[in-house]
Amino acid sequence: MRLFGYKVPITAQIGMVIIVVNLLIALLAPLIAPYSESDIVCDAWADPSSQFWFGCDNLGRDILSRMMFGARTSIGLSLMITALCFVIGIIAGFAAAISGRWLDIFLSRLVDLLLSMPTLIFAFVILSVLGTDIPVLIITIALLYAPIVFRLARAVAMNITVLEYVEAAKLRGEGIWWIIRREILPNAIPPLAAEFGLRFCFTFLFIAALSFLGLGVQPPHADWGGMVKDLRDMINLGSIAPLYPAGAIALLTIGVNFVVDWMLSIHSRGHGEGA
Amino acid sequence: MSMPGFGKTIVDVQNLVIQVKTDAGIGPTLVDDVSFQLRQGEVLGLIGESGAGKSTIGLATLGYTRGSCYMTGGKVVFQGRDIREMTVSERASIRGRGVAYIAQSAAASFNPTMTLYDQICEIPVLQGLLTNEQARDEAVKLFRALELPRPETFGERYPHQVSGGQLQRAMAAMAMITKPDLLVFDEPTTALDVTTQVEVLASFKHLIRENGTAAIYITHDLAVVAQISDSIMVLRHGKMVEHGSAVQILQAPTQEYTRRLVAEHSMQGDFAVNNTKSDVALLSVEAVTASYSSLAKVVDNISLEVRSRDTVAVVGESGSGKSTMARVITGLLPRGAGDIKFEGKSLPARLKDRTFDQLRRIQMIYQMPDVALNPRQTLNEIIGRPVQFYFKRSAAEARTRVKELLRQIDLPEDFIDRYPAQLSGGQKQRVSIARALAAEPDLIICDEVTSALDQLVGEEILKLLKSLQDRLGLAYLFITHDLGTVRRIANKVAVMQQGKLVTWATQRQCFRRRFTPTPKFCSPLCQKCVQTGWTICWPSAKFRPDVFGFCASGQHCEELGGNAFSELLKFRCIEMDAVTRAGLNKCARIQKADAVKRRSLLIELR
Repeated sequence: MRLFGYKVPITAQIGMVIIVVNLLIALLAPLIAPYSESDIVCDAWADPSSQFWFGCDNLGRDILSRMMFGARTSIGLSLMITALCFVIGIIAGFAAAISGRWLDIFLSRLVDLLLSMPTLIFAFVILSVLGTDIPVLIITIALLYAPIVFRLARAVAMNITVLEYVEAAKLRGEGIWWIIRREILPNAIPPLAAEFGLRFCFTFLFIAALSFLGLGVQPPHADWGGMVKDLRDMINLGSIAPLYPAGAIALLTIGVNFVVDWMLSIHSRGHGEGA
Repeated sequence: MSMPGFGKTIVDVQNLVIQVKTDAGIGPTLVDDVSFQLRQGEVLGLIGESGAGKSTIGLATLGYTRGSCYMTGGKVVFQGRDIREMTVSERASIRGRGVAYIAQSAAASFNPTMTLYDQICEIPVLQGLLTNEQARDEAVKLFRALELPRPETFGERYPHQVSGGQLQRAMAAMAMITKPDLLVFDEPTTALDVTTQVEVLASFKHLIRENGTAAIYITHDLAVVAQISDSIMVLRHGKMVEHGSAVQILQAPTQEYTRRLVAEHSMQGDFAVNNTKSDVALLSVEAVTASYSSLAKVVDNISLEVRSRDTVAVVGESGSGKSTMARVITGLLPRGAGDIKFEGKSLPARLKDRTFDQLRRIQMIYQMPDVALNPRQTLNEIIGRPVQFYFKRSAAEARTRVKELLRQIDLPEDFIDRYPAQLSGGQKQRVSIARALAAEPDLIICDEVTSALDQLVGEEILKLLKSLQDRLGLAYLFITHDLGTVRRIANKVAVMQQGKLVTWATQRQCFRRRFTPTPKFCSPLCQKCVQTGWTICWPSAKFRPDVFGFCASGQHCEELGGNAFSELLKFRCIEMDAVTRAGLNKCARIQKADAVKRRSLLIELR
């Protein structure tokens, strides 16, 4: 199999299938889920049956339906957070790389400050103070991860700004916005795209961790981390129910990583193809 | 090709074919039906442009091919055995012991965390040829033979503690310590400064002669190959173009391609600019001084002038501040002192303070076409952007203009939607030129525009620049380290050394005095140079480059002071033995002599 002129190894193909299936489930959840995510439709802790394939949770909700809606929440939130943190990180990183020494020093030290705090503890503090609304959650995690994107974007942009085509654009008198948008960004995309995949995984795991601790997505919305928390007692009853959301988290993470590995290997090989 | 005076045959390559094999089947043929024999003490020069298959042949004699390349035909017989029939471990055992390889970039080939001794002595000890102590003694001997400083302790250093030229020689020591029968040099001097290149080459030649090793010398530089080889093979697109003794190839090439290659090298002054010059200074640089954040002045009190239709060459070795001066003129690096005037008006020091019109009228062409063009933009966007930016044309108008510019640089119009990666090096450089032309400038700064290109391709670029100058009345500021280029296209020359201007003269003044091989002072030095360096390889006077006239002219000995010798070296006088050293000392003594005496000596020299 080939994609954009590159050979796609079997691992990346598996990763792509996993991602596509997850995305489809997330998008189509209201259509394909047998029940709603919050309706109580059966007895609490009911075993899997032909009607409820994965069984029921602590309140009597269908685990399969909640898994599907959970995909929607977890993946959707992660995408939004990752996108936001990339917008912040890339703009700040490119600005630091291009606009001169003082802005660079200011932004870089600010980032060092943010990076010096343990992310989980920092998130705890913010979320306990400001409450666990979805917008607060999004902004908090995006701000926590933006410094890492900033560092990458700055490093990549610094390597590109010294190239002569950027110098040629500066000599022509081009403004900074043109240089970022037309000269640097298109050439920075491969490493940034790979980082996007990885960052998505981290965000995804982070939300799951917060939800597991009760600080993430709040009931009655389903999300995989929260579901692991709700279902964890069932391990004692000999049920494997908590493994479904946990497995889904692991599977998606592995899938994305497979694809990212492939993208990174293309990038490190260097690309001869234009565009 | 067999020649008298050499020992037994070391390697015999017969009808070698190397092809690329991928999942999709057999790809292009990299080496096509190449045969040669090499005897003890014989040096074969492989010459050709990039992609000619030189390195592939060199590696094949080690029994190695790069990923997805395979030897699909012919034989490589090394000391009576076909390498292709050996097992993997047998091949490994001849590498290092029987055949050794010296790569282009020594800096990338050494492990930075190990001392030179550890790396040089590793192979003989591993192969059980020498004990550790013996290997060290041997290494010291080699260091001495290669004229490395303080040979006894040299090996205790780490790779970053020695210079590029020294590291390249250390790599030669690593290859030679097992006394291999065949050495493969893969462009070992290309990455080096011209001055260093010459020293390294001299020590290689010395060691090859001394040990009677057979050697394959891969290069794209005819001058280098002429110095070192007994026979030369010219390659193109993987095929053998011509193979013969060095003298025959250089003096009586039978093939058209070889003729062009040799002719390019001995061409002189055919572009010399004679057309009418205006008296109005376009750009005048007045006592400009500049430095980077450190205190050292990189450009120190430079004054020069470019008139319209002028081609001013700025010459100097690397680190002499040539490129920095270009940056100062363009405003990328603000000048510290002095003034730069364009048509009589002072240009602001900083790029940001200049008007669009000021920016438009000075354009630049870069050394490396690969990084000078944005790989993610089509030619339409690369060339069209200045048109839209400076002249506020619509996209459609710009596209028409881009097509016109492509015609001007002799590229087909339908290249307009291509990406730079789909072009060759020479074509990319043409696109750089078109981008500069799109701004309709008065002055173009050319920063080493041909040095990253193959010889003949570079030649085409120079011709194009010249014809554009005739048609459009452009002025060029031409930064280069190649005197051949200067001679052909410049009408004024500025020589820079350590940030200072050492010569500012017309090209005629610079090149006027021809060198005669019987001057009284410096004569052992210069004569030796002529004898060993060039006259042996370039026996007829026609081939002797006039750069000798340049470096040995009294003017230069006088102005460059003690550096006259390094200047000479730079212009490829090769052997640096006792006689040349005596010459050097004599030179140094003359420098100490009082001014009057010096003048009289210099007059004698002339």
